[in-house]
Amino acid sequence: MTVLLVALGAAVGAPLRYLVDRAVQARHDAVFPWGTFTVNVVGSFLLGLLTGGALAGVVSGEVSALVGTGFCGALTTYSTFGYETVKLVEAGAFGQAFANVAVSVTTGVAAAAAGYALTV
Amino acid sequence: MVRRQWDVLAVISAGGVLGALARYAVSRALPPSPTGFPWGIFLVNVTGCMLIGVLMALVAHVWPGRRLLRPFLGTGVLGGYTTFSAYTVDIVRLADAGAATVAAAYLVGTLLVALPAVYGGMVVTRWLVRR
Repeated sequence: MTVLLVALGAAVGAPLRYLVDRAVQARHDAVFPWGTFTVNVVGSFLLGLLTGGALAGVVSGEVSALVGTGFCGALTTYSTFGYETVKLVEAGAFGQAFANVAVSVTTGVAAAAAGYALTV
Repeated sequence: MVRRQWDVLAVISAGGVLGALARYAVSRALPPSPTGFPWGIFLVNVTGCMLIGVLMALVAHVWPGRRLLRPFLGTGVLGGYTTFSAYTVDIVRLADAGAATVAAAYLVGTLLVALPAVYGGMVVTRWLVRR
């Protein structure tokens, strides 16, 4: 059952990441990967809400599997974050690469903390 | 745009399910504890980063022009396998449980291993295919 919920959440989260990335990247022509940044921050906030809610006993294991492990897990990505950072390094855009790491991690952790604080 | 891309969305969705199930299997084998280092997701993100380096080198040098390969394996499988939200939330969860040192080590340690893993996977694969 849990496996099916994880699969169902991921079946929606992964293509939604692609669509959000395409939509965000179409709206600017900077080299900065704002699309991946957007899904990672939104997913961090949502998983923060769920994790705080689970610790407070108001989010069930089924919802955690479907929306947390499945949807948020597949909506967000570390591999594309890493690849886009390395691509910036290879292009000689060291400042942009460093900014991508610093801004993604600080904003992502802040978003996760905000979600967590709202429900825990 | 979207109407012509149902096949791309379908392979991303299918790949995302496979990747997420693999991540779920690893996190079941190495379950997180309230104040311990999250080795399961660490391992997932490091191996997923190495594999995207390998994949992108193969897509560029060995299999160019395969339209659905990168969406399926890169965006789908590896995107669904690796996760940023569990990374950020575990940092918050650990800090809230009083394990601030573990949280900081996890934050920095994942970056210091996963980002070079992308580069390593890419460079070694390029070297192998050009021999």
